[in-house]
Amino acid sequence: RFSGIDFEIIIIDDGSPDGTQEVAQQLEKIYGSDKILFLFPSGTAYIHGMKYATGDFIVIMDADLSHHVRLHVICPVFLIKPIVYRKQKEGNFDIVSGTRYKGNGGVYGWDLKRKLISRGANFLTQVLLRPGASDLTGSFRLYRKEVLQKLMEKCVSKGYVFQMEMIVRARQLGFTVGEVPISFVDRVYGESKLGGNEIVSFLKGLLTLFATT
Amino acid sequence: SVSPGSLLLPSLPCSSHGSPTLLSPQAAMTKLAQWLCGLALLGSAWAALALAPPGLQPPGPLRQALLPLPVYLLVAFGCYSLATVGYRLATFNDCEEAAAELQEHIRAARADLRRRGLRL
Repeated sequence: RFSGIDFEIIIIDDGSPDGTQEVAQQLEKIYGSDKILFLFPSGTAYIHGMKYATGDFIVIMDADLSHHVRLHVICPVFLIKPIVYRKQKEGNFDIVSGTRYKGNGGVYGWDLKRKLISRGANFLTQVLLRPGASDLTGSFRLYRKEVLQKLMEKCVSKGYVFQMEMIVRARQLGFTVGEVPISFVDRVYGESKLGGNEIVSFLKGLLTLFATT
Repeated sequence: SVSPGSLLLPSLPCSSHGSPTLLSPQAAMTKLAQWLCGLALLGSAWAALALAPPGLQPPGPLRQALLPLPVYLLVAFGCYSLATVGYRLATFNDCEEAAAELQEHIRAARADLRRRGLRL
């Protein structure tokens, strides 16, 4: 609407009982299902969603649709498309990845401990995986459709390790990756915790990727 | 698992720090295998020189420096890691404006959608 770029939005519910469904269905009615499509997951959300995507480029973003925060997915989408799309055109990249760590990218509302853990984990990732991208666990990327399809076939991890694996494999397959700084505003309402569990599972995922890619 | 939350791009003119990485199809070796190979190579070179039987040993001063070299390198890497992470921590941007802007957009979006008939 604002940017002159043709787009459609596909919202995939991961089953969390927070009212996402009703909002998404209403949005679909308001904008028409050529603009917004709401899907129930069957199998892997991404693969399922991709069958319905008609565009040449696919942006995957985590929409934190937890309580109260149902609408913010709308805001970023209209802002993001022009800048990321422009970047892609600039370098004809196969993937454009949002990074919190470079340029004027950054975070909001993170205390020192959380920043330290984030930077430490990222450093470890850089040393072990040498991925060629500065932010592997950021949750905002643009893919060329064929590239995404190819990567889906090759990647085997689950969850956010899957995101990391995608970039690593993309580099192995010779795809080009550009970066764009993003501001990561965490949980508009309330704080999210980074607990010991998350750290352990991150390390497990990292070591798995280290040993298998 | 932690759900990362919402994203908002800075509305400043895009200072895209692109680092286009060129096509470099990497070897089929896993990173682990690469590390093991590298370590094996360096390790055997070091062992050959530093632990050689008398007669094949390199000259005195060189040998003295060679023996503790692995430990030196480890410590050097440790210092480098601390310095790098420390620097990056210190220069980690805080996006106050972006957060405020996001709130504004949410407000605007809510109003707009309510007009179009969305009921929360």
